[in-house]
Amino acid sequence: MDKPKTFFNEMIGNGTPRAPYAKYGSWFSAQNGDRLAQKSQEAEGFFRRAGITFNVYGQADAEERLIPFDLVPRILSNSEWTKLAKGVEQRVRAINAFLHDIYNRQEILRAGVVPTRLIAQNDAFLPQMMDFVPPGGVYTHIVGTDIVRTGADEFFVLEDNARTPSGVSYMLENRETMLQMFPELFSQIKVQRVSDYPKNLRASLEASAPPNCEGRPFVVVLTPGIHNSAYYEHSFLADQMGVELVEGHDLRIVDGKIAVRTTRGYRTVDVIYRRVDDDFLDPLTFNPTSMLGVPGIMDVYRAGNITIANAPGTGVADDKAIYSYMPQIVEFYTGEKAILKNVETHRCSEPEALKYVLDNLADLVVKEVHGSGGYGMLVGPAASRQEIEDFRAKLKARPANYIAQPTLSLSTVPIFTDAGLAPRHVDLRPFALMSPGSVDIAPGGLTRVALTEGSLVVNSSQGGGTKDTWVLED
Amino acid sequence: MRIKVSHQTEYTYAEPVSGALQQVRLWPVDSPMQRVTDWAVTVDGGRVEAGYSDHHGNQVRLVCADEGVQALTISVEGEVETADTSGILGPVYGRAPLWYFQQPTALTTAGDGVTALADSVRNVTGDLDRYHALSGAILDKVAYVLNQTDMATTAEGAVSQGSGVCQDHANIFVAAARHLGAPARYVSGYLFMDDRIEQDASHAWAEVHLDGLGWVGFDVSNQISPDERYVRLAIGRDAKDAAPISGLRMGQGDENLVVSLQVQQ
Repeated sequence: MDKPKTFFNEMIGNGTPRAPYAKYGSWFSAQNGDRLAQKSQEAEGFFRRAGITFNVYGQADAEERLIPFDLVPRILSNSEWTKLAKGVEQRVRAINAFLHDIYNRQEILRAGVVPTRLIAQNDAFLPQMMDFVPPGGVYTHIVGTDIVRTGADEFFVLEDNARTPSGVSYMLENRETMLQMFPELFSQIKVQRVSDYPKNLRASLEASAPPNCEGRPFVVVLTPGIHNSAYYEHSFLADQMGVELVEGHDLRIVDGKIAVRTTRGYRTVDVIYRRVDDDFLDPLTFNPTSMLGVPGIMDVYRAGNITIANAPGTGVADDKAIYSYMPQIVEFYTGEKAILKNVETHRCSEPEALKYVLDNLADLVVKEVHGSGGYGMLVGPAASRQEIEDFRAKLKARPANYIAQPTLSLSTVPIFTDAGLAPRHVDLRPFALMSPGSVDIAPGGLTRVALTEGSLVVNSSQGGGTKDTWVLED
Repeated sequence: MRIKVSHQTEYTYAEPVSGALQQVRLWPVDSPMQRVTDWAVTVDGGRVEAGYSDHHGNQVRLVCADEGVQALTISVEGEVETADTSGILGPVYGRAPLWYFQQPTALTTAGDGVTALADSVRNVTGDLDRYHALSGAILDKVAYVLNQTDMATTAEGAVSQGSGVCQDHANIFVAAARHLGAPARYVSGYLFMDDRIEQDASHAWAEVHLDGLGWVGFDVSNQISPDERYVRLAIGRDAKDAAPISGLRMGQGDENLVVSLQVQQ
């Protein structure tokens, strides 16, 4: 891939706003800059009052930080979105089928489409999930697919987050903030609603309840507690869905089912939306030192008496080496070509690929196969000579632990600065809900933006911000 | 051979318990080596809260101690009709694929000691001879000595210590067999002994998967392949996976364990 000289600007093409931004562009040009600066301040106050903060791992001095919000929305036309959503749905269905297969018949391994080694040596593969099908056959109740754009019609999937994708609370709060700050904008421009998400999430979780569940399924959100970086989101989602937020010690086994302690005794739980990692879920089956989980829950799960969302062991699909096979995985299970493209990926486990990567480190992005959140990666073009050499040593020591990708020319959307609009790189994380009957994708998702000029790293843990994401009605 | 098993495991607690869970794998399954004619497991002081077949095909029950009890007893009474198949279980497969039994676990990761044992028999010709040689090499290196190891002892740890029991021998065998490239697994069960009825503990041995034969058993502690005196209970990748009973207890106070086991014809 050649290094581009320019980046695709989603708002401005040839000096004028692109079609999806036409109405917003004329509204914006009629605004007073000082008023917008004032609004930008207000937005920060809004988030601070709502308590929307996150913790950054490894930064003790910044225990709670606000993710910066930019008031210029990222806008997609209905037709752009329709195609994207179709691609996401196809991918989500394929990943669910992949997980079902990997934990049961393993036909994709026997067919030689995915190397067995990638499953056998994958830390996220949970043997305890073998020969078992979760209620309704759903593994990935919630998926957050990271997508980047490089041109008008060029969308690539960067990562499949099938484990516990976070960030949906920002999608909801960003819209709420925009509605409060600029109500007139939403009467002029018809934007598809995202506010149904909590209702849809609850319905989707309820639809995935165990078949022997009686009456309306009882759903809870399981959080590791207030010290978790996403605790705000856990409490927010429980609140928005109208369900209980619980910790491990609130739950126990009663009459063969999981039950939650209430003021009127124990009540049976049918579905647990858990934000506790696999390893901490059950000290009897997994990490015996875990205080965050529920002892025996895996036994109750295998007996078919509780739904755990997402299913344990879904992280096997998040592996970046597995990612590199995603086009084949989509085709294997759906019989269709993948609608969304994969980023060209060099598997450093393969000698030829490794040689290429070592020869081109300065131009590549190198990631750990099990990593996430922008930790432990090398962004070649932004790295110093020393950083590259240090990384080279790590890569040579454990090549199979890494994959490399070309530096993508991420599209830009302007942010609001003191000097006016300035383009910054963005990505997109749409949120898909899967239930036994359907896949439902909230229109838009979370747009993350690299606030530093020229930066391509959008992760909030690395100084990124967010934007409201609009999908137009027509 | 008709083998009668009477096996009682009693946990007593110094303080009334507020939560004790036991994962129980005490149900033998029918195979070319055995037919279960009569089998009952009863629980006293607790309840069975969940039952299922696990990823190795073992029948599992989750037993929870009743609130405030000071004793939990799990009792087995049963009869199994066994056959001598010269240690060959054959091509009997569950859902777990063979490659899965080639992967090390925390208890069975080969270190220098296990690797040396495996390498010492690597050039023995013939699969069966090679694994019998491995079995011999393990017992030479790791003598059968009671009370020197526990559930947490790794295969490598037992080798460097030079002593252990059937559980350690089986862990070492599977670790070494995997190092030689073969799928291998741990088996827990009962052994009828000609000279006694009362026994201190259940037994354990290993199985390795050989081309043409399927799964073949090796009892390192007794230097034979299982015959009609063996009853297979549960399998797994290591002693932890196949443990007849493994538990977790919340709260303070000492726990005491008394096992009584009779295996007879």
